[in-house]
Amino acid sequence: MSRHTTTDRPASQPGSTEQMVRQARKLLKSTPMAVLIYLGIMYLILYGCLAGAEAMGYNWQWYRMPDYLFRITDDGFQWGEISIGLVKTIQLSTLSFVLALVIGLIVALLRLSGLVVGTAVAIVFLEFVRNMPLLVLLYIFYYIIGAIFDLDRYSASILCLAVFHAALVSEILRAAINAISVGQWEAARSIGMSTLQCYRYIILPQSIKFMLPPMTGEVVHMVKSSAIVSVIAVAELTTIGRNLISDTYMSFEIWFTIAAVYMVVTLMLSVFVTFMERRYAVTT
Amino acid sequence: MPEDTPIIEIRNLDKFFGAFQALTDVSLTVHIGEKVVICGPSGSGKSTLIRCVNRLEEHSGGHLIVDGIELNDHTRNIRAVRMEVGMVFQQFNLFPHLTVLENLTVGPIRVRKIPKAEAISRARKYLDRVHIPEQADKYPAQLSGGQQQRVAIARSLCMEPRIMLFDEPTSALDPEMINEVLDVMTELAESGMTMICVTHEMGFANKVADKMVFMEDGKIVEIAPPSIFFTKPKNPRCQAFLDQILEH
Repeated sequence: MSRHTTTDRPASQPGSTEQMVRQARKLLKSTPMAVLIYLGIMYLILYGCLAGAEAMGYNWQWYRMPDYLFRITDDGFQWGEISIGLVKTIQLSTLSFVLALVIGLIVALLRLSGLVVGTAVAIVFLEFVRNMPLLVLLYIFYYIIGAIFDLDRYSASILCLAVFHAALVSEILRAAINAISVGQWEAARSIGMSTLQCYRYIILPQSIKFMLPPMTGEVVHMVKSSAIVSVIAVAELTTIGRNLISDTYMSFEIWFTIAAVYMVVTLMLSVFVTFMERRYAVTT
Repeated sequence: MPEDTPIIEIRNLDKFFGAFQALTDVSLTVHIGEKVVICGPSGSGKSTLIRCVNRLEEHSGGHLIVDGIELNDHTRNIRAVRMEVGMVFQQFNLFPHLTVLENLTVGPIRVRKIPKAEAISRARKYLDRVHIPEQADKYPAQLSGGQQQRVAIARSLCMEPRIMLFDEPTSALDPEMINEVLDVMTELAESGMTMICVTHEMGFANKVADKMVFMEDGKIVEIAPPSIFFTKPKNPRCQAFLDQILEH
């Protein structure tokens, strides 16, 4: 691209200011330069942290960290606390997200049904959930709904996360469904399909490419917001981190490790979805 | 030759879009095997009329009986009618996520519930009839406009409808592709299919139509066989319209 634009312009004298600016720009845009700048920034951040920790006399104990991921003792291989917490977090997020997808799809279809009651129910649900902080919703689910229906903290957390994200998911689904042209509905209807068949065979398969990018954001958001259930002491990654810190006082090492674990999970998700996007890319 | 049994009966049809009246007291009978071509200036209600026939638009008043089934609010009736009435759109509206073959089989398999193998052999038969058997495994976006429209015609035919509706099937096509679509439509007409076409292709109309219908401002102004319609229409506005489009 950039090569085309440069050749299109009238050639300027080598060594002129314009030429130098253009070369500088090209250099800045190149991949090695980007990596270099990135490393530089990371170095500054890490150096800042380390220097700060040094100044406050922090005693680094990184050598103790691998034990919390896994250890090999006389009894053989054992997963560490952080790994167990990670599995719990993934379980929690997966279950909640599947449930959120189901509830979100129902809410989106109700909203699109054209029925006055359906639309009203969907909008009330949406506004109620969307305009409440997640933490407050969690308290409602645990202390009120949980108490009424005798839910344990794990189920209450799953339901809370599912309901909270269902509201956001339903909006993504609605937008993706609305992105399909009316002509597709008409063509599907004109060969005798019912509304359900239209969605199942024609509309939803085409919406996938519109919902994948925002849905990735939503899954990543879900994994991260699952940390909030640590306030009701559900044993997931963040709770484990808190417990470990109160046992060991290694706040820096443990929080850095936990943050890195979250990042690895969400980055893997992003890569996976990019792959899916390519698969579902359909030219229209 | 058209038989005398009516297959579509439109009686005193009215259609409102909010306060705007798109159709006013329209009555038209189409017999089995008859080819009807509807023309008229844009906004005259031609498309609205044929979209009412398979209930893509809901009529506001009057009666509409298709293949002995009265079109009303019963979903079962609407779907029964739609299976018997094929529709070809100006913008093709092929399903972009399905291959040509899947576009043709999705209706028969999911709606008619016929076995997959039978649906595929039927699809290949109709692809042959629209002269593009070699494109079966491509996606719609890989085809030219004319080919896409022929696939759309084949898709409708795969449902083995008794009536075909064409809503300006050549208006979105490049000029060099119009004939390949009109040829397919002419062959279909010769095979005895009942057809209602909204089109401005007067050469095609003159060749295949049993009945020409001229609409203006939501009303049917003139109904006549092509021999009379093109030479001495009774209505002066119809004459003026014909003069305009036949001028070049």
